[in-house]
Order: sequence, then C-alpha cells, then structure tokens
Amino acid sequence: MSLRSPLGKVLGMGSAKDGTGHWWAQRVTAVALVPLTLWFVLSLLTLPGLDYDTVRAWASLTRTGFLCSLLVAVLAYHSYLGTSVIVEDYVPSAGPKIIWLLLLRFAYVLSGGACIFAILRVAFGYGAA
Amino acid sequence: MPARARPTSPHLEIYRWQIGNSLSILHRITGALLALGLIALCYWWVALAGGPDSYATAGAVFGNPLGLLVLIGWTFAFLFHLLNGVRHLFWDAGRGFERGQRHASGWAAVIGAAVLTLGAWLWIWRHLS
Repeated sequence: MSLRSPLGKVLGMGSAKDGTGHWWAQRVTAVALVPLTLWFVLSLLTLPGLDYDTVRAWASLTRTGFLCSLLVAVLAYHSYLGTSVIVEDYVPSAGPKIIWLLLLRFAYVLSGGACIFAILRVAFGYGAA
Repeated sequence: MPARARPTSPHLEIYRWQIGNSLSILHRITGALLALGLIALCYWWVALAGGPDSYATAGAVFGNPLGLLVLIGWTFAFLFHLLNGVRHLFWDAGRGFERGQRHASGWAAVIGAAVLTLGAWLWIWRHLS
C-alpha cells in the first residue's frame, strides 16, 4: 500500500514539489550567455573609445539593440535562478524566504525591464541624439 | 536526563580545504557579485539613454579609482564565473570527472580568469582611456 495521494503519484515530484525545470533553465540560459556576454564585452572593447558619441552610435545599431535586449533578458533570468537558490539555502524559515524570493523577482523585473526599455529607446532613436 | 553523545554527520571543519570546494564557493560568490553587476549594467544603459549629461554622471561613477577597482573585480568575477560555468557544463555532459582533470580544469579556470582580467584591463588602458 502506498501512502502517496493519487495526484502526488501522477506528478511524481516528491516533497520538493518541483521537477528539474529550475536546473534545466539554469543550464540553458548559461549556454546562451556564453556567446551573448562574449559578444557584448568584445564589441565594447573594440570600440574606438567609450565617449558618449561613439557608444551612442554603437548602441543605435540594429544588432546592438536586438542582442543587448536578449542579453539582459537572459542574464536577468539566469541571475534570478542563481540568487533564488542562495536565498533558499541560507534563509531557513518559510515566511522570510517567500518575502525574499518575491523581492528578488520584483527587483529583477524592475531593473531588467528598465534596462531593456533604455536599450530600445536608444535603438529606436528617442531621446538626445 | 543527561545529553548522550549521539553520532553526528561530519561537518565542514573536518574536511581538508582544497581546490574543488574553494572554487565551488567562489562560483557562488562571483555569481552573487555579478547580480550586483547586472544592476550597474542596467544603470549604465539608462544613463546612456538619458543623454550626454546622465552618461557623463555614469562615467564619473565608474571612472574614479574606487569605481575602477569595482569594475576590475567584476571583470574577474565575470571571467571566472564564465570559465567555471563551462567547467560545470562539461560535468553535466558527464565529462572531466577524473581527479587530474578536475584539478587541472579548476586551476585553468581561476588562473585563466586572472590572466584574462589583466589582459582586458591592459587593453582598456592602452586603447580606451
């Protein structure tokens, strides 16, 4: 006789109530971040300078807007997955843990959203030239 | 009733400190630092989108000695997390588990990150400052 409920048996996820989704998402975003971060760093380093006009001209390129938006979205997701594991490991009680995880989520959506908005604003040519 | 000496599981302090656990801890620390770096990246993009004045302010925030020191730290954190992350992906694929391989790839990640950090900042100093 099994003590597990029929629903628990079907879901097959045990007491963690979660499958391998987190682990997989962490790996898939890690693989995506290898080319994205290297492209970002190398394209900044190979600019003739980091003054406003040079950087703004680079930021206005179509590929810059596209790839930087992807980079920030994937980076924020990967970083959220990682920092939420740190919270889960070091915040022992359930209440503060949930509050911390929610705060993290809000912080990532807020900063990532602001960053992508700024990238697109430059890409579409709004603001000071 | 007097407390009886129960058998306890071996804890952190009985293990010898070695490259494997050191780099595991360093991977988490650099990941947490890079999460803060993501906020800085978002600030830099918002400043760029805001125009020449806010970009100049960001330049002053990052361009002073303390700001540069933090940027150099983030460069090492990024490069180590990248190289050690690739190491993790090889392990996920079931490769590189032999003792010699683990040690060699660990040292390669930490020394490689240090050398590349030095190279990147020499490049910035020569070409971008």
